[in-house]
Amino acid sequence: MNIDINQTFKLFVYFIPLLLVIGIYCIVATRNLIRTLIGIEILAKAITLLVILVGYITNNLALAQEMIITFIVVEVVLMVAAAGVVINIFNKTKSLDVRNIRELKG
Amino acid sequence: MTIDLILLISMTIAMIFAVIRSSLLLSAISLAFGSAILSVLMFRLSSPIAAVFELSVCVGLITVIFVSVIALTRTLSPEEEDQKKKERIRRFWLLPVLVIISAIVLYYVNFGINFQLPDVPQNLSLRNLMWDIRQTDMIGQVIILLTGVFAVAVLYKNGKKKNKE
Repeated sequence: MNIDINQTFKLFVYFIPLLLVIGIYCIVATRNLIRTLIGIEILAKAITLLVILVGYITNNLALAQEMIITFIVVEVVLMVAAAGVVINIFNKTKSLDVRNIRELKG
Repeated sequence: MTIDLILLISMTIAMIFAVIRSSLLLSAISLAFGSAILSVLMFRLSSPIAAVFELSVCVGLITVIFVSVIALTRTLSPEEEDQKKKERIRRFWLLPVLVIISAIVLYYVNFGINFQLPDVPQNLSLRNLMWDIRQTDMIGQVIILLTGVFAVAVLYKNGKKKNKE
């Protein structure tokens, strides 16, 4: 194993769990719907970095980039749909607090 | 390596700011900054096409989406925001502490590659891979995009109807 690739791997993989911790904490601790979406975005960034790193060390960057492009497309559609849901919830409850969304109908 | 370390630390700090800032707009801008740094890191890891995608879509489009949603859902007056700041400090003071503790724990974990990596065919280009080998992914992306268009048509149409009422 190339020493340079091993050092690069150690450096990058050290920070990916930190990003995951930040994203999960954001989703768990916040009561604001928009900030929950920000937490999901942070998790997505961590996974993107992990996939590209794995593609780099295995010298399979074409597949890694293709997966990242697919993931980014899914992420954008997810954010657009989630934003629409947040706006509709705000129009209904006049609040972005998750504690106000407790009325389930059906 | 030094540049990579600086970029990774900057990205982590930007993400922490995106979480703990009380202003949603500044949080969105901080998230965009972190995504831009991620794009630079992807360039440095020899992934220019994915980096350009990340830069244009995640830094540009998703930031615009966030700013639009924030503008359409403004709820608190400045006095209420000041009051909320104290409550936020109580909930989010733990995050930098948690990140530092995680960093210390991770420092003592051995992340070396101690296994044999598989041999990979070297001749694949991204274009060849996307259009010839993994065509199902492209079909999936088109389906997801159409789903997104449908979601926009349904979700934002309901908002317009209620505004007219």
